[in-house]
Amino acid sequence: SCPLSSRCCAASSAAPAMNCRAEVLEVSVEGRQVEEAMLAVLHTILLHRSTGKFHYKKEGTYSIGTVGTQDVDCDFIDFAYVRVSSEELDRALRKAVGEFKDALRGSGSDGMGQISLEFYQKKKSRWPFSDECIPWELWTIKVNVVNLANEQERQICREKVGEKLCEKIINIVEVMNRHEYLPKMPTQSEVDNVFDTSLKDVQPYLYKISYQITDSLGTSVTTTMRRLIKDTLAL
Amino acid sequence: AMDTDLSSQDRKDLDKFIKFFALKTVQVIVQARLGEKICTRSSSSPTGSDWFNLAIKDIPEVTHEAKKALAGQLPAVGRSMCVEISLKTSEGDSMELEIWCLEMNEKCDKEIKVSYTVYNRLSLLLKSLLAITRVTPAYRLSRKQGHEYVILYRIYFGEVQLSGLGEGFQTVRVGTVGTPVGTITLSCAYRINLAFMSTRQFERTPPIMGIIIDHFVDRPYPSSSPMHPCNYRAGEDNGAVYPSVEDSQEVCTTSFSTSPPSQCVFTVTKAHFQTPPPVVTDTLKVPVMGLAFSHQLSSSRLSYQPAALGVGSADMGYPVLFAGGLNAAHPHQLIGPGKEGGVPPVPSQPVHGTQADQERMCTPLDGVHYSAATPSSSEDTETVSNSSEGKCGSPHDLLETIFIRKVGAFVNKPVNQVTMANLDIPFAMFAPKNVELEDNDPMVNPPESPETESPLQGSLHSEGSSGSSTGNTHDDFVMIDFKPAFSKDDILPMDLGTFYREFQNPPQLSSLSIDIGAQSMAEDLDSLPEKLAVHEKNVKEFDAFVETLQ
Repeated sequence: SCPLSSRCCAASSAAPAMNCRAEVLEVSVEGRQVEEAMLAVLHTILLHRSTGKFHYKKEGTYSIGTVGTQDVDCDFIDFAYVRVSSEELDRALRKAVGEFKDALRGSGSDGMGQISLEFYQKKKSRWPFSDECIPWELWTIKVNVVNLANEQERQICREKVGEKLCEKIINIVEVMNRHEYLPKMPTQSEVDNVFDTSLKDVQPYLYKISYQITDSLGTSVTTTMRRLIKDTLAL
Repeated sequence: AMDTDLSSQDRKDLDKFIKFFALKTVQVIVQARLGEKICTRSSSSPTGSDWFNLAIKDIPEVTHEAKKALAGQLPAVGRSMCVEISLKTSEGDSMELEIWCLEMNEKCDKEIKVSYTVYNRLSLLLKSLLAITRVTPAYRLSRKQGHEYVILYRIYFGEVQLSGLGEGFQTVRVGTVGTPVGTITLSCAYRINLAFMSTRQFERTPPIMGIIIDHFVDRPYPSSSPMHPCNYRAGEDNGAVYPSVEDSQEVCTTSFSTSPPSQCVFTVTKAHFQTPPPVVTDTLKVPVMGLAFSHQLSSSRLSYQPAALGVGSADMGYPVLFAGGLNAAHPHQLIGPGKEGGVPPVPSQPVHGTQADQERMCTPLDGVHYSAATPSSSEDTETVSNSSEGKCGSPHDLLETIFIRKVGAFVNKPVNQVTMANLDIPFAMFAPKNVELEDNDPMVNPPESPETESPLQGSLHSEGSSGSSTGNTHDDFVMIDFKPAFSKDDILPMDLGTFYREFQNPPQLSSLSIDIGAQSMAEDLDSLPEKLAVHEKNVKEFDAFVETLQ
């Protein structure tokens, strides 16, 4: 269970709630491609799940800031993607992906693991009960790390993984286009239950990233580490 | 509710949203084909000029072209806004790569809130467009443009014309947004049988400035709108300085309300655009083609030599022929020489060179960071992602067809029998029928050869009369690189491509050479008197021989 349980959501996010839609993407990559591939997918999802900063005004109206975007070229994959222009967000994702990559490389791993990006809403409960976290969208990216023997294979891998990522982007966009459940736009008092307002330039929906590594026993996924990267409960 | 009509305010708002959505769509697409990395800043305070809460720069001439094409209308049923992206080589060959279509269908969502839900969904759709424009094959092509080719755009309004994309084009849906007056659909149809530049094969020459502007305006049909290079900035002899945002153009300041829907507030204010007009540079920043390349392409014309499989003239140092095959292993992967075979991977140097030149050519627009292209690799193969809408026939059919075509330019073989109408793709009804495929197919109807053995030669297009946006018959086969199908070879260091290059231009048989023939004839004639003299000397022997025969 969560190491920060005193401040954290009561509900475990291991099993998605009934209304939570779940999407699974799978990629096979070479070790040095893990970070870029994960960042490409996570950034693409967050591009669609981030808005400008809200500024509440009188009578419950609010205005929305502007989201900038930028192109990112991958060094180890023949691929480019667009991300939100927010250094804070990029840092947060890089931190999570870096930990995932290290865990994948660690002992006890046969190169298989998954990283999850979950969007949730907070439901405030009265004292003494702690707030609930209700996930409404869960993205799971399954990763299989392959080892390549020579430069020629690496060359092919660069292209193939690039192609695969193009497919993933199209898949993600398809899901986004379904216009399924999104949390209602919150009032000022509720905004922190829906959005992460801690960043200074953009406002993603509340999210958390976690990962699991398949241990060398293979068949069952054991949770070797479960980390919360983002905890947005206000202090 | 009985009252299903849109309130007049909602209707006005909706029209405005659709108009600006169309303009922003064009900007995103064209900017994604400039060949540069795009970067805009997030701003926590709304500036009042960023439609859909996204920082998308407005390139004035692009807005100008879009408005010209729209001519005050909005996308409606049967009236779609299309952005056509094509590639043009220094030789003048051009090829349509993609058509981005913004369409409206009749399916209405009366219940949806215009000022809130529609607006936010349009914003989401623009984000999807940003993402998708980077994953179609033309993106990587456009990042490498500048010396050997440029990427052009053309905006038109009306009926979608997909015939210029060649057969077997793929489609990808970017997204849809339902509105009370119809459903907006944004999608892209893209060519898959592409031939690519191989930057390593051509000498790097410094770019030559000063190409005349109308070099890029080549549409033969007066009704078609002119093509524009994506990264062309307004030149001095053009003279026009496009206003960045016209004063009459409304700027969007959105306020959203969290009150119950009946009290939804949406305000739009007119405001003078704050950003300074874009820099109109003095020098004509037009990407240029190297001289060496021109030479290289000179014999890559799409007329095929009868015997060779489309190879250019004998003096070509490098093969520049099209083998837009599909790899058997992965039908939608485009193959590069040396990728599967033993040819060493492309060194990164030429591409960095391109980058340096592009830095010179593309100035940053005001207020926006446009970093120069920093392609991460110099690989030339493009990747094609399968459209979720379905494949065009079985990949095997396509393989077979292309393979058949390579054998003999004028053989009347059946073309790909895939009928587009059978396929579950959105633009199936617009896809060319089989006959038109053949008409467009230079393998069956080579454009310049005097031999006309193909019976279909006579029915040579032109699609032009039917309003096709393509004037070229040979747009399927702009030959730029050599990528043989089925050339995957893990065993030998030499792959099919290398073999081809080495042995493709054997010297002619001397006996077939006219010069040598003529020479021997002359020799023969000269030696006749000698031979006659010899025979005369031996006439007695001949006579004796003849007598023995009697």
